[in-house]
Amino acid sequence: MTSPTAYDAAIAGFEPVIGLETHVELSTASKMFCSCSTEFGADANTQVCPVCLGLPGSLPVVNRAAVESTIRMGLALNCRIVPWCRFARKNYFYPDMPKDYQVSQYDEPLCIDGYLDVTVDTDDGPRQFRVEIERVHMEEDTGKLTHAGGATGRIHGADYSLVDYNRAGIPLIEIVTKPVVGTGTLAPLVAKAYVTELRDLMRALGVSDVRMEEGSLRCDVNVSLNRPGDPWGTRSETKNVNSLRSVERAVRSEIERQADVLSSGGRIVQETRHFHEDTGRSTSGRSKEQAEDYRYFPEPDLLPVAPDAAWIDELRATLPELPALKRARLQQEWGISERELQSIVNAGALEQVAAAVAGGVDPAAARKWWTGELHRIASDRDLELADVPVTPAQIARVESLVASGSLNDKLARQVFEGIANGEGDVDGIVAARGLAVVSDDSALLEAIDEALAAQPDVAEKIRGGKVQAAGAIVGAVMKATRGQADAAKVRELLLGRLGVSE
Amino acid sequence: MPSPSEAGLIRQGASVLAHAIAAGEVSAEEVTRAHLDRIAEVDDRVHAFLEVVGESALASAVEVDRARASGEQLGPLAGVPIAVKDVMAMRGVPTTCGSRILEGWRPPYDATVVERLRAAGVVILGKTNMDEFAMGSSTEHSAYGPTRNPWDLERIPGGSGGGSAAALASFEAPLAIGTDTGGSIRQPAAVTGTVGVKPTYGGVSRYGLVALASSLDQAGPCARSVIDAALLHSVIAGHDPRDSTSIDAPVPDVVAAARRADVRGLRIGLVRELTGDGYQAGVSQRFAEAVAILEGLGAQVVEVSCPHFDYALGAYYLILPAEASSNLARFDGMRYGLRVGDDGERSVEDVMSLTREAGFGAEVKRRIMIGTYALSSGYYDAYYGQAQKVRTLITRDFAAAFEQVDVLVSPTTPTTAFRIGEKVDDPLAMYLNDIATIPVNLAGNAAMSLPIGLAPEDGLPVGLQIMAPPMADDRLYLVGAALEAALLDRWGHLLIEEVPSL
Repeated sequence: MTSPTAYDAAIAGFEPVIGLETHVELSTASKMFCSCSTEFGADANTQVCPVCLGLPGSLPVVNRAAVESTIRMGLALNCRIVPWCRFARKNYFYPDMPKDYQVSQYDEPLCIDGYLDVTVDTDDGPRQFRVEIERVHMEEDTGKLTHAGGATGRIHGADYSLVDYNRAGIPLIEIVTKPVVGTGTLAPLVAKAYVTELRDLMRALGVSDVRMEEGSLRCDVNVSLNRPGDPWGTRSETKNVNSLRSVERAVRSEIERQADVLSSGGRIVQETRHFHEDTGRSTSGRSKEQAEDYRYFPEPDLLPVAPDAAWIDELRATLPELPALKRARLQQEWGISERELQSIVNAGALEQVAAAVAGGVDPAAARKWWTGELHRIASDRDLELADVPVTPAQIARVESLVASGSLNDKLARQVFEGIANGEGDVDGIVAARGLAVVSDDSALLEAIDEALAAQPDVAEKIRGGKVQAAGAIVGAVMKATRGQADAAKVRELLLGRLGVSE
Repeated sequence: MPSPSEAGLIRQGASVLAHAIAAGEVSAEEVTRAHLDRIAEVDDRVHAFLEVVGESALASAVEVDRARASGEQLGPLAGVPIAVKDVMAMRGVPTTCGSRILEGWRPPYDATVVERLRAAGVVILGKTNMDEFAMGSSTEHSAYGPTRNPWDLERIPGGSGGGSAAALASFEAPLAIGTDTGGSIRQPAAVTGTVGVKPTYGGVSRYGLVALASSLDQAGPCARSVIDAALLHSVIAGHDPRDSTSIDAPVPDVVAAARRADVRGLRIGLVRELTGDGYQAGVSQRFAEAVAILEGLGAQVVEVSCPHFDYALGAYYLILPAEASSNLARFDGMRYGLRVGDDGERSVEDVMSLTREAGFGAEVKRRIMIGTYALSSGYYDAYYGQAQKVRTLITRDFAAAFEQVDVLVSPTTPTTAFRIGEKVDDPLAMYLNDIATIPVNLAGNAAMSLPIGLAPEDGLPVGLQIMAPPMADDRLYLVGAALEAALLDRWGHLLIEEVPSL
């Protein structure tokens, strides 16, 4: 595990420059250059045709919806949409490539020169960074290889490899940032916040559902370090970074690694590195000297893409409320501070809180549960927040049980655990687990009497007017009732029993 | 019009056969059988075909006869047999492109051209021989052995579409499909005394045409007369949404133009750069006579200069190999066709290399290497980039010329058919065969070759090339048909009637 001191030492000596290349699968119905379905999870090689299999003689035709999504993404990233651009062929031999070239965009991307503002939580409050966007371009995905046998899970050493071309030709957009400087110790958090913001933006636009567990968002992370005042250092590119958490971890571990090398007098080599989710570290891949020459040239089978200004304006008009504006609006509507809002955003819970509020839950309660208990459930179970199976209606029901006094917060937690386990609905779980708050006065009074008998000196103190000592008795009662009592009620009964008042 | 006797069926033109079938004078089945018999009789000497699909041809013919019997309207070429160059994908039928590397591949789909032929009731007899992946001017580069010229079996039938041209000249088929990347329809037509047309780029769909150089390839009609070529042209041409480079505009009325056959008042330009030294005396003589005939028919003949044509060959041999190196990458032994060296131990890379080493012939390897080099980082601008500039200049030369004249003419080839083996080891000498045909491919406009007589010194056919502006393909037929009619008047028969019997 990363030791905080190693990172602190690295940042004390060096300034990081980071850059991110993010590939996202678009959620179009059909593929980039043919009409095959993009549905995830079909049997291998069932969603293929001569075009996406690259059979001799087949030809690509551009999916208009993919161009449209890319333009909308470009507009949302404040990019300029170019009036004319082309696809190019990126040539390399690999069995996941049906044509042994990938149709992509090279020196003529569709969208250029944009930016995205992201906010990072710091000890001094939320801080905003502007991440400049170099380009947004379109390309086709490759097939998916599965290597069987062998120790590494890579093609070398495998007994055999299977390839599924269902993924070949799925439309991708690649979003490339300009170098991001001046983030200092916050670099890993800025990287994570940027990818999070990108994800939210794409979901808001409806151009991708960004299912990270299906590999629909993949990041390459570039990092270099330099000593303050020196020119930028040599960068490495870490590939295969496929979750928000990993983006942060990849930047952090690469900063540590490079600082270690540089501090001991070594040199950073320009190379690609492979990130490993399990260890959170990367291993060396291809060096610059071994880098392939992709022999890019304009794809002669496709016409240039030349979106006219009227179309771009039309698409601009379809842009929904973008996440940053939406957050500002919700903060106001919910009546919460910027810090409170940021805590929701940091927990990745904005959509969940908004849905709960829309479902009738009080904003404070929705925030409490989604940044607290439900967030804990997600991280315990390694789930995305969106995959925690708790509905707004269930939260509303729990809240109403708490308000009426039949549940307390501790019991409510158990209800949510039950829902996450698939034990059923709120009332069913309350009944099955016997979670009702004990509100029968006689049962509580019995427990109070037992507690008083067990701690006669405390009882004496309370009788003598030391009301604050009541806590010890209340605690004992709560323990005896396994948390199923309402603490306020216990206190009230206790004081009544002893004939004292607050 | 005399009805064709059964013995004479194979010597009839396509339009005559179509009339006779439509009139019930002969059945499509009889016509098909006559041609299959002819193939069986002579093709061991000519070797025009790589694959004959007799059963499916007879089934198609029977279907035409059935349609006629039930009173259905037949298309203008219904029931007429055709030979298709083996570069066109045809469902279930071996498609090799003259290469070992595609041995055994049966496409699961039909090329658009094939679809249109089927829809028009044209009867496909089989697949014709060609230089491997259409790289060559003699059909000697076929992995399956050379095709022979029916005029002299010791001579080449031109290339790459030597099989299609030889099938016509040996009366094995009255129609054929060719493809023309630098002259592969026109040069074989010229040396076999037949007619071949390279339509405007984008005029005929490339979907299903196994690509050599995507920006140059164009399929077109081959026949023994101008009207037959026109009828076939109108069947296969027209917009195809599966080919992005196909032109979405009405096809010029080539059949009407062939029927009109009138050059009165037409301005015809002689291209200065495509005459003179380097052209065989008999070729220049027949060309001059043909020009005089056109003048006699009322055309106005002027000389024009296209100065950048001198650079066409150089530019072509950079652009073509560059595109080919990428288009042919997919032949890697992973998915279809040949696979060599897969012993369960060797790596994917080794199997790819061994397969390509064994599967490609010398000329294909030569061009892949030239193209790979031309696209390499650091050389792209000097080679591919410069060649594209030359291409622009050649297009401008054509545009300027077509401001002065309606069509341009030149000899199709510098020489008549050379002997098999004469140039096969001299790539540069081989490339020079296409010096007059290449500019049209670079610029994307339309051209035709038609026979204008036999060279006195060797008694072999000479072809005249007509070049028209983009989408003015009808002018080729207007001029070609007028010249053909005048020659027919002079000789009393088409030149092809003089071909020695096999």
